[in-house]
Amino acid sequence: MKHYGAKTLLKGAVLSAVAAGSFATAAIADEQFFPLQSYRVGPYAAGGTGFFGGTIDYFNLINTRDGGVNGVKLTWEEGETQYEVERGVEVYERLKGRPNIAAWNPLSVGIAYAMIDRITQDRVPLITVNHGRTDSTDGRVFPYVFPLLLNPYSETSGIINYIASKEGGEEKLKGKKIVVLYHGSPYGKETIPIYELLKEKFGYEVQQIEVPHPGNEQQAQWLAIRRYKPDYVVLRGWGVMNPVAIKTAQKTGFPVDRIIGNVWSNSEEDVIPAGDAAIGYTAITTQASGADYPVLQEIVKTVYDGGKGNLEDKKRIGSVYHNLGIVNGILNVEAVRIAQKRFGNRTLTGDEVRWGFEHLQLDPKRVEELGAKGLFHSINVTWDNHEGDGLVTFQQWDGKKWNVVSDWIAPDWKLLRPIIEKSAEAYAKEKGIKIRTSEDADKVTELQGTASSAKN
Amino acid sequence: MESFDFPFFIEVLVGGLLSGIMYSLVAIGFVLIYKTSGVLNFAQGALLLFAALTFVSLLERGVPFWITFAVTLAIMAVIGILIERTVLRPLVNKPPITLFVATLGLAYVLEGGAQLLWGTQVHGLDLGIDDVPYVVGGVFISTFDLFAAAVAASIVLLLTIVFRYTRIGLAFRAVADDQFAALAIGLKLPVIWAAVWIAAGFVALVAGLLWGARLGVQFSLSLVVLKALPVLVLGGFDSILGAIVGGLLIGASEKLAEVYLGPFFGGGIESWFAYVFALAILLIRPSGLFGQRLVERT
Repeated sequence: MKHYGAKTLLKGAVLSAVAAGSFATAAIADEQFFPLQSYRVGPYAAGGTGFFGGTIDYFNLINTRDGGVNGVKLTWEEGETQYEVERGVEVYERLKGRPNIAAWNPLSVGIAYAMIDRITQDRVPLITVNHGRTDSTDGRVFPYVFPLLLNPYSETSGIINYIASKEGGEEKLKGKKIVVLYHGSPYGKETIPIYELLKEKFGYEVQQIEVPHPGNEQQAQWLAIRRYKPDYVVLRGWGVMNPVAIKTAQKTGFPVDRIIGNVWSNSEEDVIPAGDAAIGYTAITTQASGADYPVLQEIVKTVYDGGKGNLEDKKRIGSVYHNLGIVNGILNVEAVRIAQKRFGNRTLTGDEVRWGFEHLQLDPKRVEELGAKGLFHSINVTWDNHEGDGLVTFQQWDGKKWNVVSDWIAPDWKLLRPIIEKSAEAYAKEKGIKIRTSEDADKVTELQGTASSAKN
Repeated sequence: MESFDFPFFIEVLVGGLLSGIMYSLVAIGFVLIYKTSGVLNFAQGALLLFAALTFVSLLERGVPFWITFAVTLAIMAVIGILIERTVLRPLVNKPPITLFVATLGLAYVLEGGAQLLWGTQVHGLDLGIDDVPYVVGGVFISTFDLFAAAVAASIVLLLTIVFRYTRIGLAFRAVADDQFAALAIGLKLPVIWAAVWIAAGFVALVAGLLWGARLGVQFSLSLVVLKALPVLVLGGFDSILGAIVGGLLIGASEKLAEVYLGPFFGGGIESWFAYVFALAILLIRPSGLFGQRLVERT
């Protein structure tokens, strides 16, 4: 039997204590957790892999390059939803008990709708970047929901403003015929009232035509469009509906450069399957595509060259969905960083992160500091404006890549705000929700999932 | 009152008939399996996805078109044999509902397997046929849809020849008529089932390429089965002629309904109208227009 001397034992004890100490430190290290209700299989997998891949790539960049957000590591876990509401809720139920949740990012209108009451109870933010319920822009009624950058009404206004600019001014819209071809889902129907309302203002004619889910057959709709002879068709599609629309337009002789895609009809996945029929197709976007931006270069260098890249196919780096995921990552991280300035560089509660989102103000200078100049313009979220006045731009497909064809365009927020408030107030009345004030918004809950401990 | 636009009506009708042919192509794959084994193969859409995804993935790796076609066909044949060995054979003599559920599970395995093997990315597929409209008397007709109709007609002709004039076709018909009698005269059911699954794989490949060229090769291809189901209900589950006629009727009726009745229902009615139409026929003819009527002694 081997005998150890007192010195050796002491050395061992010291080493063990140090090791135990480091373990304990690791175990209690500050972490901020992001549950991700992703979809990597199923009909919308192309969008899901790109978006969640982008967000995870950005989180990895922050962890690897900066050691987290002021020392707080970002952690996450994915749950597969296949873009189905039931599965999305199932993932929510499974992950909601995890400590240190910063925010939910489901990238699905259906899942987001199903979670509004739940996350409001939990006091954890729900981020619906570029989509979601329009009236959730009103933070007075929806304190925890953030349709960041662009809500559906702003998107509509941006598209109409773009058409006006193409025609030579708003007054030229009078008498123009516009068809809105929309996906037969709550998402697709969200903008029906606003097109009618803007019609009153600008004097255009509009016909709104539904395409049943999933949209793989559109012959009848496009024949009806051909008969109506519109000046423009706005495509409010999703998934397979988009390439089919572009191809059927060609089949029925409608010029592709008169089709304007919405923000969920603007990706490579929407045009590549349509082949040459998509050349000249234009779509709105809040973030440019391409991998030339400094933040993307850093992701390539730090994350992908380090073997931690999330996209299997590196050719997709800089694609529309990947870049949207990166912008989403930036917005989530900056909200945490802003909240830390008030509450300290530590793990935050969901409600503290909500406060961070309500002060998410990134001007073009800050966007440039983040390496994202040109990737997206700016954002200015406040306690009662949860969209943050994102600007939009338009891109045209040349058969290989998207090219930006407009300046940054501002939607008509002044016109839209009263409509949004009216809708939100009706919702508040229906649900018996007390309308918040700025003082209410400044109070935060220190404990996750409870409403017991408020701090001014 | 607005006058009736007859050329437009013809245009919608022709477009609907040509779309219906595309539905028939998918329905034929169902009929082949149902006719010989009495199984409603819910995995037909997944087979279609698997075939198209394999084809386009090989093509994108620089394999020439016809070699890609042959290799994909061979892979589909192997899958057909594997299905017979691992799914059908162990379930011999089980009730039809068991076999149906087995094909439902098979659909998930094939869909997941296809995505695991080839990824989830959306692919374009160019078969070299421009989809520019062909104008006849002011009526726009899709060149691609005409091509698809010609392909469907060729497949029906080929299957008719195989069923009527070859030994394997005769065996198919014997099994379809009475499995026990076929066994009694020495026909090997496993061989016939494997052969018919290979044939269904071939139909899935052709339909997958045509639908893939239309939609892009992506997961949604597996959802085209939803278009084939009312066709089968209408035409009958065991009749190739029924699949063709059913496809034409469903295609034309849903398009006409969408254009002329849709505005009264807020639009977007074609997806459910096809099922309502098929259901109405079912009430009159429970076996469909061309399906074999079951006569049972009580």
